[in-house]
Amino acid sequence: MTDIARPLAHFVAFTAILRRASFAVAPEQTMAWLAAIDLLGPEDMGDIRRAARATLAPPPDRFAEFEALFDAHFLGAVDAARESVPSDEAPLRAAEDSGFGPEPDVDEEARESGAKATRAERLSTRRFAPAAEDATLRRFTRALPASAPRRRGYRWREAHNGHGTDVRRMLRDAMRNVGEFVRLRHRRRRLRPRRIVLLIDISGSMKELTQTHLAFAHALARAADAVEVFTFGTRLTRITRALRLRDRARALSAASLIVADWDGGTRIGEALAAFLAIPRFAALARGAALVVLSDGLERGDPAAMTEAIARISRIAWRTVWLTPLATGSGFRPRTAGLSAARPYLDELGDGRTLDSICTCVLHLAKARAA
Amino acid sequence: MRRTIVGISSPRELEEALRAAYYLADEGLSTAAYLALALGKPLLLEGAPGVGKTEAAKAIAGVLGRTLRRLQCYEGIDSAAALYEWNFPRQILALRQQDNASGHVDIYRDEFLIERPMLACLRRPEETVLLIDEIDRSDHEFEAFLLEFLSDYQISIPERGTIRANAPPVVILTSNRTRELHEALRRRCVYHWIEYPAPEREMRIIMMRASGVGERAARAVVAAVGRLRREPLAKHPGIAEAVEWAQAATLLNQQGARWPEAFRRSLGVVLKDEDDLVHVGPRIDAILAEAQI
Repeated sequence: MTDIARPLAHFVAFTAILRRASFAVAPEQTMAWLAAIDLLGPEDMGDIRRAARATLAPPPDRFAEFEALFDAHFLGAVDAARESVPSDEAPLRAAEDSGFGPEPDVDEEARESGAKATRAERLSTRRFAPAAEDATLRRFTRALPASAPRRRGYRWREAHNGHGTDVRRMLRDAMRNVGEFVRLRHRRRRLRPRRIVLLIDISGSMKELTQTHLAFAHALARAADAVEVFTFGTRLTRITRALRLRDRARALSAASLIVADWDGGTRIGEALAAFLAIPRFAALARGAALVVLSDGLERGDPAAMTEAIARISRIAWRTVWLTPLATGSGFRPRTAGLSAARPYLDELGDGRTLDSICTCVLHLAKARAA
Repeated sequence: MRRTIVGISSPRELEEALRAAYYLADEGLSTAAYLALALGKPLLLEGAPGVGKTEAAKAIAGVLGRTLRRLQCYEGIDSAAALYEWNFPRQILALRQQDNASGHVDIYRDEFLIERPMLACLRRPEETVLLIDEIDRSDHEFEAFLLEFLSDYQISIPERGTIRANAPPVVILTSNRTRELHEALRRRCVYHWIEYPAPEREMRIIMMRASGVGERAARAVVAAVGRLRREPLAKHPGIAEAVEWAQAATLLNQQGARWPEAFRRSLGVVLKDEDDLVHVGPRIDAILAEAQI
């Protein structure tokens, strides 16, 4: 690095700190910031701070964290920058199905004390009993293509009828026919399937339903075009690929090998945060219909869960939570976590039986009533 | 990079210019706006509804002495609304009128093109400010299209070829954050999150915008509105509502209503949702009593 670049290094180092704290900072943003400091003059720390906020664009809900990192780096407020949030438990991990083999990563867990036994990961492999809900799933699979949520595409396509007249195409035709309009052309916007993202809680408290949920996920993945399925308990696992197998028994056993936290503890907030923290996963939720199958019994701080749901609801087209604890149509959640999250959900529905889940998913495309 | 834009060479000077255009910007906003202008990047303003995002864009256009071209986004917005459209009746007429003697008529000339805000901004970048309002309402395809537009400042019309801006235009985007914008779009812009103004500043805004309002009424309105914004309401009162409330209450007061009564009777100017009125109703006297200094 040359001498000229040395004063800049201190600024560039800050962006590296931001990235480590999982802020998204692009190189062009760093360059914009340096240009901004050059414009405003590097004398006033207030200017540098405001320029950082304007060009590095931290999301509003993380302003405080951003400011703390800024103070730590430039003002030395805390002697070491908070590179990681202090935590007494193993960070939640996200896994993805690379193939169909089991993931050999059972060793480095279990730093928890015995007092928190339910939170510790009880890693196990699970076998599935043959499902009894065949008929329901068959009906669901048949009904889904007609009622799956769709969105309007951006581009227009030629159509044989419809209300949109494609004057542009007609004019082009007319040019070829010495200015005569020979036939009426129509156009319409193509409908595209909306992605459905399914998040399945597989913690111990959901034990009885897990298998039904996975069978449902398999049916959904087979019937709809764009489906993503994740499981979460003490970690977040993407099982979409395993579920692509046609045969349900094989698909579920492939999924069961990937998922390592069957019937373990519950860290819903962290699992959802992990889902959002991986841009590739979060992008799957963008504009999608997102369905969570969980009882919402959060062991940890419900605030984390509420915040994650609030963020998800801003990304997804529709956020639906189906809980087996629902007691009827006028159900109001009793747990702190779910009642705090309620305002962000488009629907808090009945997830007690396979029938009710199927009905809810079939109605996703219906009016977006709040 | 240009240090000086229409004689403005620092955030503070921009702040003063905006004040002259009747917009009271805080330091953060004036810095972000100045940087956007100087670096030639789009300015992305986010904030709750009613904090003055659109007003900021109007004021900036005023300071620059340019016309504001506003593109209001909505679900399903397409290029015909954002970019350009062909004037079909005129094209058809031209085709009909052409006779064999005069020969070829070009129906893709400028006169048949109806320009929409984005095209207008590309063709006259030095004269326009493009405001893309409430981008969070559009679909993400439009966002992706916008990304392309904002990176190259060019569009292509199949019948005409590519149209490119000969200077980077001034583009301001606003979002109510009802959904999160794509990371790539945020990255391309200079960003500012507009908060509700601090009480002192909101008071000055009210007195500047509504000339007949006294200092006492303005102070009371700011305190009461600040209190209402902490309530769990469906729609929190914005700055415009605060200004209108101060004006309405002052008017009623001039006609003989006493102060708390004047505020209570004009409550419909601030809260425009039945549920909100029901929610606040029983406690409005307490809130007003607290606000009267």
